[in-house]
Amino acid sequence: MSVMREKLENTNETVFTAEFPSIDGGGMAKVEKSAARLAPWFDAVNATDNPAAHAHASNTSSAIAMKMHGLEPIMQIVCRDKNRLAIQADMMGAALHGIENISLLTGDDVTAGDEPETRRVFDIDSTQAINIARILTTGTYLSGRKINPAPDFYISAVENPAAPPFDYRIERALKKYRAGAKYLQLQICYHPDRLEKFCAGVAKIAPDLKLIPTIVLVKSAKPLGFMNDKVPGIDIPLDTINRVSAASDQADEAYKLTLELAKHALSLPAVRGLHVTDFRHDDSLDSFMYDLGQKPRN
Amino acid sequence: MLKKLLPFVEHAIKKPVWDCRMCGQCVLHSTGMTCPMTCPKTLRNGPCGGVRENGNCEVIPDMQCVWAKAYDRKVSLPMPTVWKEHFNELRPPVDMRLQGSSSWINLLTKRDQQTPAGWSTTDGDH
Repeated sequence: MSVMREKLENTNETVFTAEFPSIDGGGMAKVEKSAARLAPWFDAVNATDNPAAHAHASNTSSAIAMKMHGLEPIMQIVCRDKNRLAIQADMMGAALHGIENISLLTGDDVTAGDEPETRRVFDIDSTQAINIARILTTGTYLSGRKINPAPDFYISAVENPAAPPFDYRIERALKKYRAGAKYLQLQICYHPDRLEKFCAGVAKIAPDLKLIPTIVLVKSAKPLGFMNDKVPGIDIPLDTINRVSAASDQADEAYKLTLELAKHALSLPAVRGLHVTDFRHDDSLDSFMYDLGQKPRN
Repeated sequence: MLKKLLPFVEHAIKKPVWDCRMCGQCVLHSTGMTCPMTCPKTLRNGPCGGVRENGNCEVIPDMQCVWAKAYDRKVSLPMPTVWKEHFNELRPPVDMRLQGSSSWINLLTKRDQQTPAGWSTTDGDH
């Protein structure tokens, strides 16, 4: 049984997940380096699927590499690059390699990436993909063709608590839950009030659905500005960016802001953990985890 | 004859009003009378996470998000209650074989309700 399933379904423990850096060159040596940094702190790590519409080592191969290095992968599958056949093949490929955690996403548009001339696929959407993953666990492909034995996935999805239409986001979380998602990792959110409303709404209409908000470790106002300007669906209030840019020690102020957001997120209903992402060279991960009361494992 | 004529008639009516893409399996009544096939990602079950702060589309910045519009209309337009109740139902993947055919005929023949043999929904029983 995956650690994610065990902890979220059978305990009240807080789970911590992280974004595993995309894999390009550097082979397994590079994977090992990232794994060593994350392993002491995280229950599972996201194996992304061409994040921000940039090509990298594939989701399945990355997830296998993480597993080989002792980490539990959450394998993402986005709907942008693959049709329903390829998506089911990804899921069965994950099952073949003992990858239980799969997460289904729409995917950023190709225009967000470095190859905007690419053809979009979107043969199915993320909610349909969640439902298809659930169908596979009942022992059939979408076609009805039998799978024996059926794969055993622990299915999750992603939702953006801070993008319009706000009220609908809560209903959409319920829809994803009904389709088969057991937990949602949430998009980066710099609007604590919106996050609070979303979590309270989900706790009310889908009490068994677990939420894992995302926290980003940043060292200055620059990445905040970048996310605000470039990442689809992320809005960062000007006051928040100014708070960091006006500080005499930007790194210290950014850290304080991040810690505040993390503690607030963990205090909200339905929240069962945090997803942590950073810009690779951030050295504050260890102190951040200590400040959240965590101790390194092993 | 009718099978050839109807798609033209349907397109002539639905294109100007809803920017109809002739998917052949019309769900307008359940999506706030807003065509989900006009979403650049052709999402039939709600908005992606890329909606801009002003409610506009990630891909086409000067267009309102199709699902933001659909949700507004579902909430504010007078519509049969059953249509509003269908808003959050899980719509199945598009059957690409119906592209270009008349959804009116597919509705009458119930062809538009055919889903792959393995498709099922939990219908809230989770």
